[in-house]
Amino acid sequence: MKEKLHQLKLKYQGKKMAPAFNALHTFLYTPNETTHSGAHVRAADDLKRTMNTVIMALVPCLLFGMFNAGYQHYSAINGFPENFDLFEHFLTWDNFWLGLVTVLPLVIVSYGVGLAIEFLFAVIKGHEVEEGYLVTGMLVPLIVPVDTPLWMLAIAVAFGVVIGKEVFGGTGMNILNPALTIRAFLFFAYPTWMSGDKVWVHGAVERAGTADAISGETVLGFLAQGNASEISYTLSDMFYGFIPGSVGETSKLLILLGALFLIFSKIASWRIMVSAVIGALTMGLIFNGVVEAGWLPEYSKFYELMSFDFWKHLLVGGLAFGIVFMATDPVTGSQTNRGKWFYGFFIGLLSVMIRVFNPGYPEGVFLAILLMNVFAPTIDHYVVRGNIKKRLKRLKTATIYPKTSDEVDSLKTETA
Amino acid sequence: MSKDIRIRKGLDINLIGAAEQTTSKAVTSNVYALNLDDFHGITPKMLLKQGEEVKAGEPLFYNKNKEEMHFVSPVSGELVEIVRGARRKILTLKILADKTQDYVINKVPDLDTAEAPAIKNFLLQCGGWPFIKQRPYDVIADPDVTPKAIFISAYATAPLAADVDYVLKDKEQELQVAVTALGKLTPGKVHVSVGRSNRSPFRNINGIELHKVSGPHPAGLVGTQINQIDPVNKGEMVWTISPQDLLILGELLLTGKFNAERTIALAGSVIKSPKYYTTKIGAEISTFLYASGVKEDRFRLINGDVLTGSKTHTEGYLGFYNNTVTAIPEGDDYDFFGWNKPIFNKISNTRALTFSWLMPKKKYDLDTNTNGEHRAFVVTGQYEEVFPMDIYPLQLLKACMVKDLDEMEQLGLYEVAPEDFSLTEFICISKQPHQQIIREGLDLLQKELG
Repeated sequence: MKEKLHQLKLKYQGKKMAPAFNALHTFLYTPNETTHSGAHVRAADDLKRTMNTVIMALVPCLLFGMFNAGYQHYSAINGFPENFDLFEHFLTWDNFWLGLVTVLPLVIVSYGVGLAIEFLFAVIKGHEVEEGYLVTGMLVPLIVPVDTPLWMLAIAVAFGVVIGKEVFGGTGMNILNPALTIRAFLFFAYPTWMSGDKVWVHGAVERAGTADAISGETVLGFLAQGNASEISYTLSDMFYGFIPGSVGETSKLLILLGALFLIFSKIASWRIMVSAVIGALTMGLIFNGVVEAGWLPEYSKFYELMSFDFWKHLLVGGLAFGIVFMATDPVTGSQTNRGKWFYGFFIGLLSVMIRVFNPGYPEGVFLAILLMNVFAPTIDHYVVRGNIKKRLKRLKTATIYPKTSDEVDSLKTETA
Repeated sequence: MSKDIRIRKGLDINLIGAAEQTTSKAVTSNVYALNLDDFHGITPKMLLKQGEEVKAGEPLFYNKNKEEMHFVSPVSGELVEIVRGARRKILTLKILADKTQDYVINKVPDLDTAEAPAIKNFLLQCGGWPFIKQRPYDVIADPDVTPKAIFISAYATAPLAADVDYVLKDKEQELQVAVTALGKLTPGKVHVSVGRSNRSPFRNINGIELHKVSGPHPAGLVGTQINQIDPVNKGEMVWTISPQDLLILGELLLTGKFNAERTIALAGSVIKSPKYYTTKIGAEISTFLYASGVKEDRFRLINGDVLTGSKTHTEGYLGFYNNTVTAIPEGDDYDFFGWNKPIFNKISNTRALTFSWLMPKKKYDLDTNTNGEHRAFVVTGQYEEVFPMDIYPLQLLKACMVKDLDEMEQLGLYEVAPEDFSLTEFICISKQPHQQIIREGLDLLQKELG
């Protein structure tokens, strides 16, 4: 097979379809390319391995999302089980099967549409198919409500890949995170499908208005409407993820494990994750402080969200997922290590702020990240300026000798 | 007085096939060659015609832009071939060596009394000058500009590089003379960096500022040390010279003879018995390569170390500045699912199912495969882990790529040489040609502002 593919590669070389063939070929085999200039040996990692590592960190969230899709659906119909048992009520074939048939099509559409566009652009522009979409394609189904219509997703993916990425020149050149561009497109184009108490549970939309109507509101949804007393989920429900929400965002445990894996493998920036958590906690503390100081009347529509314990913000909504998997995107994030601290901090801060102050849509993390994507180059600019200033300061004490060598002896001890 | 430099950021690349510390005399080469690519940025003007006789140490050509700068023949013999390339550019000069060597004996200035111009002229005329390189631009030093300091790295951390202490053993006299002469060329200091072990012959040399360096590669690169000791600012000039070239300068200053003899390390996993050889600049590599034997037919032969050396072949010649010749396997083969399976036999700076972090002492047999395709810059923060200078590597590379002269200057291009980016190039996930980008950036900056 290795030989046959090699012959095929030679046959396609220089032809228009070469990038498409090479994409499939290099998927199977790391190419036989050797070094030409510079270092003669190279480290083991390439972009495919990097992207693959992120996907591995996402797989547990995807599987959990499938089980949870089933669990939320059946619980909405039959009521939540009294004495919850992980194996009896959650990790069941029924739950998984329902999750599979609802979530897998999202994954297939996301990858199918996105990769088709990537291949198309690669063939037209004559460059290799780049790996950026491997992660984006996985992220998209995890950050949408489970019942998102497939046609809607397809349009959003096409928009996100073309406008969010390809117009800038493809992987590595984009300004906004493509997955979040897709999410934002969905949110602003089809808001009724992206929030409310009908979209988080499979089947709730089609049953609406019938005798079998079911619903499932997210924790943030309850808080935004001032119905905190109706929240039936315990803290451990929120941490383990047995709550309604976008497909992959609910289980904070698995997100935490994914974060540890990405930090350990040095693929994602721990600086961004840590500073984003600090940012979120800071904003939460500020809001808690405002409530405690009695500056906010209880009838205020912000009261519930602002009095929500600051650390619980990390357990609900997509904040944790966004911090770990989307804010750490190296292309759209800050590129300097110092810049990453500011970038992450403001993502956390703004996420919680948008959450509290935007009653229409009680999750702010995607907007916060997109906003900081735009500001990341500015942050980097000032960080790099700092380095340049240091160099200019050094220049004042520079030792520069005149160019004609005869004069030098007389100037031996002087400095320019 | 010695100052310690500790480098924390970096990566040691441990390879199989380090040269054993025994030295043999290589078979005398029939033909010697100077590869003019070694002298970056020099436009040669020939002094001799094809077929003329030449003595060892007699000028072959001079620098068109600086006529006093002579480049001399390493051996005596007949200039048998001037290999030219496109637009009659001279590529290689080949000299058929005489059986008995005949040296030009130059008149040596008295070091006790000689002033800088006399020493400078002597080195320029007798062929010692091209060993001195300058920063900025990493080219042969401009004799008209006085350097603020001279830097010598006597500590090699590059993979499989020749052990400097071993190569310099018992050469204190030559080193002292060379360092004294160079010291007169700068009002500043002569900085010498050595390893932490106390074997370095530099420890008894006078007139130098001794620094002890430790840490992973690139601690041994002179650029790293300059950045730590006294970084280059805009308008400033420093010179660098490698210690094995000091020996040639030393002998030149002691005897007036340009003796191109040099001890080199033959290393790499392909070599059957890797060890040291004494040979001469420009010698045929085959004169010592087959004495040590090779394990396979197809391999990459490198003039220099695996990170910064230049590609050559079995009919090639030892480069002007090299003291290491490395042979490693070619890697032009496919690897099934090479991008997602766990990797134990390659070095990596990450832990993405690559396990070299578990075994920091293990020696690896790396080949020339790129382990992936060329991509745009995607990942950030990785270069910084192996780049110890106070410079933003990614931003500097990008400035060079877009030819933004202001940025290049402000971000510190004056301080670096391509070799300083060899390690970032090694770990680059996007497989970008860092050294080439920096070289082109330096050339552009020199052309526009230099």
